[in-house]
Amino acid sequence: MFTLVGWASTVATTNFTEDMMTDTEYASDLSGTATSPRLRFEHLSMVFPDGTHAIDDVSFSVDPGEFVTVVGPSGCGKSTLLRIASGLTQHTGGVCDVNRDSIGYVFQDATLLPWRTVQKNVELNAELHGMSKQDRQRLSAEAIELVNLVGHEDKFPKQLSGGMKMRCSLARSLVLNPEVFLFDEPFGALDEITRERLNDELINLFNSEKFAALFITHSIAEAVFLSTRVLVMSARPGRLIGDYQIPFGAERPHDIRFEPEFAEICGLINNDLKDAHT
Amino acid sequence: MTALDESPAEVPQESMAVTAAVGASVPVHQPKGSSKGHRLKNLIPPLVTFAIFIGVWYLYSWSRFDNPAQRRNALPYPHTVITDGFLPLWDESNGLRPILGYMWPTVKVTLIGLGISIVLGVAIAVVMNLSKGMERALFPYAVILQTVPILAITPLLTQLFGDEIGVRLVVVVLIAIFPVITNTLFGLQSTDRLHHDLFTLNHVSRWTRLRKLELPSALPAMMAGIRIASGGAVIGAIVADFFFNQGEKGIGYYIRNRQQRAANRPEMFAGTITASMFGVVMFLIVGAITARAIRNWHESASRQT
Repeated sequence: MFTLVGWASTVATTNFTEDMMTDTEYASDLSGTATSPRLRFEHLSMVFPDGTHAIDDVSFSVDPGEFVTVVGPSGCGKSTLLRIASGLTQHTGGVCDVNRDSIGYVFQDATLLPWRTVQKNVELNAELHGMSKQDRQRLSAEAIELVNLVGHEDKFPKQLSGGMKMRCSLARSLVLNPEVFLFDEPFGALDEITRERLNDELINLFNSEKFAALFITHSIAEAVFLSTRVLVMSARPGRLIGDYQIPFGAERPHDIRFEPEFAEICGLINNDLKDAHT
Repeated sequence: MTALDESPAEVPQESMAVTAAVGASVPVHQPKGSSKGHRLKNLIPPLVTFAIFIGVWYLYSWSRFDNPAQRRNALPYPHTVITDGFLPLWDESNGLRPILGYMWPTVKVTLIGLGISIVLGVAIAVVMNLSKGMERALFPYAVILQTVPILAITPLLTQLFGDEIGVRLVVVVLIAIFPVITNTLFGLQSTDRLHHDLFTLNHVSRWTRLRKLELPSALPAMMAGIRIASGGAVIGAIVADFFFNQGEKGIGYYIRNRQQRAANRPEMFAGTITASMFGVVMFLIVGAITARAIRNWHESASRQT
C-alpha cells in the first residue's frame, strides 16, 4: 500500500557477493566506532526505473551524536540518499540499515499543513502516531519552546516568515524525539542571515538532543559549520569523492565561520566539488 | 536564493520536491475587515453596471415598441415589472405573495438536491481518488451524467421516478453533481507530494490520509465546485417545474403559467427575476461559507483588490 517497507526486507534482498568486497572506504568506515551506528549505508546503489543511475556504491554510517553532511552538485542524488534512508524510495542495491520507526525528516520545504495552526502542525507527527492529546500537547509545547516559537502557537503558516516555518517544521520532528534526523536542505530557500541564525540554533539543538543527523546541502559553509563530518558526492552517478572530519568541538560559536581553519576546510571541499562537476 | 538544487529533469523522484520548495516564503499579509467607506466604494462598480443595464432595457423597450400595450406584453419597462409584476402585494393570485409561495418548494428542492449532490459527489470523487483504475472506471460516466440531455429524457425520468419531488431532485442532482465530482477530485489529486511523503513517513492508514490530509487540502477546490453546483441546482429545480406537473409546484410553474398569456408578461418577469435572485443568494451564501472555512489558510481568502 505504501512505499515504506521495513528494513528487514531490504537486508534480505542484499547482494551478498557485493557485501564481501571490502574496499578501503568500507574499512575506514568501521574504524573507531564502538557504538552501533544509527544509520548505515553499505555499497548502496540506486538505479531509477527510467535507467537513471543516481547513486553508485556509497558506504558510510552515522553514529549517535554524529552530524554528517553530504554536499554535491545538483542532481547528484543527495536527496535520494535521504529518501532511501527514510524508506520513501526503495534502493536497488546494497544495504540501508536504519530504524525507520525513529526518523525525523525535515523536508526542503517546511511542508506545514496550511489549515493547521503552528501548535496543531507541531502536534501532527505525534497525533498520527496515536499519542494521547495530553501527551502530544505537552511535548509540542516543549518543542515549540526549543525552536523559539513561543507566542506563535495560534498562528497559521500563512502568517509565518520562511524561517519561522522551518522552525515549526523542526519542532514537528522533534516531538517524537527521533534517533535519526534527516535534513533535506532545509534552509536552502532562506536568506543568508536567517539561514545562519537557524544554523546556530540547530547546533544548540543537536548538542542538547544528541541525535544522529544526516544533512544535505549545497552550501559548503553551512556544511562545515554544522557537521562533525562532511562527505562530498560526485555528479551522477553519485559516489563519495571526499570525506572530511571537521575539527571543531561541539560548541560552534557564530564567529567560527571567520576562522582561517574554517576557510581552509571550505576551500578543500570547494576543490573537490569543482572536480565533481567536471 | 538557490532553492533549485536538484534539476527536475535529471532525477524524476526529486522533481516534485524541488517545485514545491520554490517560493517557500510567502509574504505575510492579512487584510483586516474593510471600513464602511471602503465597502461603499466597492459597491459602486456593480451599481454602475446595474444602472447601465436598466438604461439599456428602457432604451430598447422604448425604441422597439410604439404601442404601450404591445410593449407591456412583450418587454415591459422595468418599472412596469415592479408595479404590475411584484407590487400587487397582497393579491392572492398576483405579485410577490404567490411568487414567494411558489419559491418555497423550489428552495426546498434546490437545497435537498444540492445536499445530495455534495454528499454523493464527494463520495464518488473519494472513490475515484483511491486508484487510477477506479478513476478510469467511473469518470466517463460522470461526464455522461453531465452531457445527457435531461430535457430529452423527461418521459423516461417520469416513468422511473414519478412526477413529484423525487424526479425534481433527480434533475437537480443530474445537473449539480458533476462540478462537485470534478472539482473535489481535482482537489484531492492536487494534494502536495511532500505532504504525502510526510504522511507516508508516519505510517498512516488510507483513511487517516484521506481525513487529515487529502480532504482538507481539497476543501478550497471542493467549495469552488459546490459554488458552481449551487447555481446549477437552482436552474435544475426551476426547469423541473416546466416538465413535471405533480407534487408541490415551484416558481418554475408560476413562470410557465405566466408565459402563456401575453398580458401576464410583467408577472413572468417578476417570477424570473425572483428565481434568479435566489440563484444569486445561493451563490453568495456558498461563497461566504467558503471564505469562512478557508479564510485563515488559503491564499484565495486574502486576495482583496
